[in-house]
Amino acid sequence: MAVNTIRPRVWVDGDLAILKMLITHPMETGRRKNKKTGKKIPAHYIQSLIVEHNDKVVLDGMLGPAVSKNPFMQCKFKGAKAGDKVTIKWADNKGESDSKEVKIS
Amino acid sequence: MKRRTLLKSSLTAGVAGIAAGAGLLTPQVVMAAWPKSAFKSKTIDNAVKNLLGSSGLATSGDITIKAPPIAENGAVVNIAVTSKLKNVSSISILVEKNAQPLTSSFNLSSVTEPFVKTRVKIAKTSRVLAVVKSGGKLYSASREVKVTIGGCGG
Repeated sequence: MAVNTIRPRVWVDGDLAILKMLITHPMETGRRKNKKTGKKIPAHYIQSLIVEHNDKVVLDGMLGPAVSKNPFMQCKFKGAKAGDKVTIKWADNKGESDSKEVKIS
Repeated sequence: MKRRTLLKSSLTAGVAGIAAGAGLLTPQVVMAAWPKSAFKSKTIDNAVKNLLGSSGLATSGDITIKAPPIAENGAVVNIAVTSKLKNVSSISILVEKNAQPLTSSFNLSSVTEPFVKTRVKIAKTSRVLAVVKSGGKLYSASREVKVTIGGCGG
């Protein structure tokens, strides 16, 4: 997991924290064919995307292969202030996963 | 003495580092059961039933779907769902004409705003449906997105 796959940005606007993130992931549906070999490209997609604010889950996302490649996600939650910890975790159908911790700016 | 404390602290840090490393190596089971049957369902009714236990959807004007009326590239379509309903516990996004309509579903906590924005693939011109669970009941809204190049082609 040397490569950083999660690029989050989180800030406070009034009483809401706004989180935007981009995740680097192929999100292969398993339906696409390799144009050269004609073989199907195996499905490879994120199934679980979890956002935690100070270790409490604020968003528990279940994704399918129909989410676009390099998923973008935005959500908003209350009760956050600058300096709080936000953790983002994902796991895919091949058992790969990554997580990232950021401080709210 | 100073040197000794330094050694000691670096040693503990090293052990913590190894422990963290081991944590990363073991496959993390962060997900609850992924609702496979819902994602594999071929119709909206079945997908909603398998995901949320009921397919009784009440159309609601309190749900707004923000999506482009025409998507030039069906592989990346921005969809934002906002709801004015109270006590929203989940938001799901479905695309009617996709082979497997369910794209994603988000469970929200009590402090999370009933809002989510993401990008989905849309195979061909289709209705996009947002299903919102509020106070144990299911509400939905839909919007048509025209697609000029499909997002699930081979």
